[in-house]
Amino acid sequence: MPATLPAELAGRPEVRKLREFNPGAVLGATDFRGQLALTIAPALLRDICDVLRRDPELSYDFLTDITAVDRYPVEPRFEVVYQLRSMKTRQRLRLKAPLPGDDPRIDSLVGLWPGADVLECEVYDLFGVRFTGHPNLRRLLMPDDWEGHPLRKDYPMEGPR
Amino acid sequence: MAEPITPPPLSADTMVLNVGPQHPSTHGVLRLILEIEGESILRATPDVGFLHTGIEKNAEKLFYSQVIPLTDRIDYLAPLSNNLVYCLAVEKLLALEPPARAQWLRVLLTELTRINNHLVWLGTTALEIGAMTVFLYCFREREEILKIFEMCSGQRMMSSYFRVGGLALEPPLDFYSRVDTNLKTLPGRFDEYEDLLTENRIWLARTCGVGVLSADDAIAWGITGPNLRASGFASDLRRDEPYSSYDKFDFVVPTRPEGDVYARYVVRMEEMRQSVRIARQALDGLPEGPIRADAPGIVLPEREKMKSEMEALIYHFKIVTDGFAPPPGDVYVAVESPKGELGCYLVSDGGPRPWRMRWRPPSLINVQLLAKLLPGHLIADAIAIVASVDFVLGEVDR
Repeated sequence: MPATLPAELAGRPEVRKLREFNPGAVLGATDFRGQLALTIAPALLRDICDVLRRDPELSYDFLTDITAVDRYPVEPRFEVVYQLRSMKTRQRLRLKAPLPGDDPRIDSLVGLWPGADVLECEVYDLFGVRFTGHPNLRRLLMPDDWEGHPLRKDYPMEGPR
Repeated sequence: MAEPITPPPLSADTMVLNVGPQHPSTHGVLRLILEIEGESILRATPDVGFLHTGIEKNAEKLFYSQVIPLTDRIDYLAPLSNNLVYCLAVEKLLALEPPARAQWLRVLLTELTRINNHLVWLGTTALEIGAMTVFLYCFREREEILKIFEMCSGQRMMSSYFRVGGLALEPPLDFYSRVDTNLKTLPGRFDEYEDLLTENRIWLARTCGVGVLSADDAIAWGITGPNLRASGFASDLRRDEPYSSYDKFDFVVPTRPEGDVYARYVVRMEEMRQSVRIARQALDGLPEGPIRADAPGIVLPEREKMKSEMEALIYHFKIVTDGFAPPPGDVYVAVESPKGELGCYLVSDGGPRPWRMRWRPPSLINVQLLAKLLPGHLIADAIAIVASVDFVLGEVDR
């Protein structure tokens, strides 16, 4: 069931093409300060990125960054945020994949962009989001035997954990 | 399309060599796990995190303006680029435009920062390849640039000079003559370094054809900045997505097609010359006017006004005690830092503190590239390659 978007956002080529690919791909869209951000169906992430990357007109071929936002205590709690850029058109696009607080999982993008490796490890390390299909998901910044994920909002800023 | 790293089949002859985290040639606490057979590297795994200080977490408990000093400490070789991307991100959230004079001074100082960073890069890279003299020369020139930072901000390295909406304070009067002298001397100094290195046979033998990275691989691995340009892809955010009035400046984006260590050296040398050119334009054409935006409630009022105007005093008190609250939303802002695309992703929930601050560190991406570049090389070449990609561990680990 595709979400209804304002005509201005629904007409954007990114939204149009993703809806042609799968009507349920785009759950929402915002344009804040001239930056387009799409909320997408997390199960389709890999295919969505592939469509955006291969489309000759859009050609979002550069994965700039992967990060996450913890919306605790709101559900769906996590948002994995992907910053894409087109080296051809120099446009930028932000994808947000909402994930539940209980066992957050999403497909890995290492197969599309090898550079996603450490970025996904960092999100796993600091937020506890698991990337299925990642060849070697490990803690990146914290020690290997660390308990907890420091950037979660219920992880205390100071004092005992 | 580049493939992700898969471990090569290992024979009984392989050995695991730990380089770092204390090894002096690693620029800091980077640990490289090398699987070697004789002198050849089969697999390299960078192990990072020894300098993790939780800056992204810390930012969530501070007012927007209090985060600025934290950003200096991320990439301590390019503190003003960090200040810049953070201030631009907050300004984007607020839809605030700093006055022209502040923007030009920001350009001037971030270009000096780029020269500062590249001088340290050149010095340490040359040192690791065995050219001690260049190291000492580079640090001599770098000291002059640090003195300029000290003049305007009071600090050599952790300058924290930019503010949301402009600059902390007007630079002192002799700042301009000092910058002028500096910009006049620098090109001659660059010639000196080039005399020592560019056609030096040892330098050529150690750098040409070593650590070759193709443009397609660079894009697949998320590489930006000088490393991407040295692979023949002309991409520069100052030109492609101009921020802070960069569109008013005239400069060239240098590229080299080879993608090896030598190309990275040549690109950075040319970038320093272009930075001098940009800084010169900024200095000569510096517009008159205020250095802070007129935004009561966000930008601190002038000290003098606080003595005569009640509103100024109230705003000062409110900003210091309660901070300011941008509207809810999220922005991603990127600048061309000396090491590549430095991005700041800020999420605001409408409160006075960032809900989330994400730092897109070019250094981390550059370190990751080592896993791709090192296999197939000798250990001696590994040192040259590690040096050539340019990273700062403070930014890798944050």
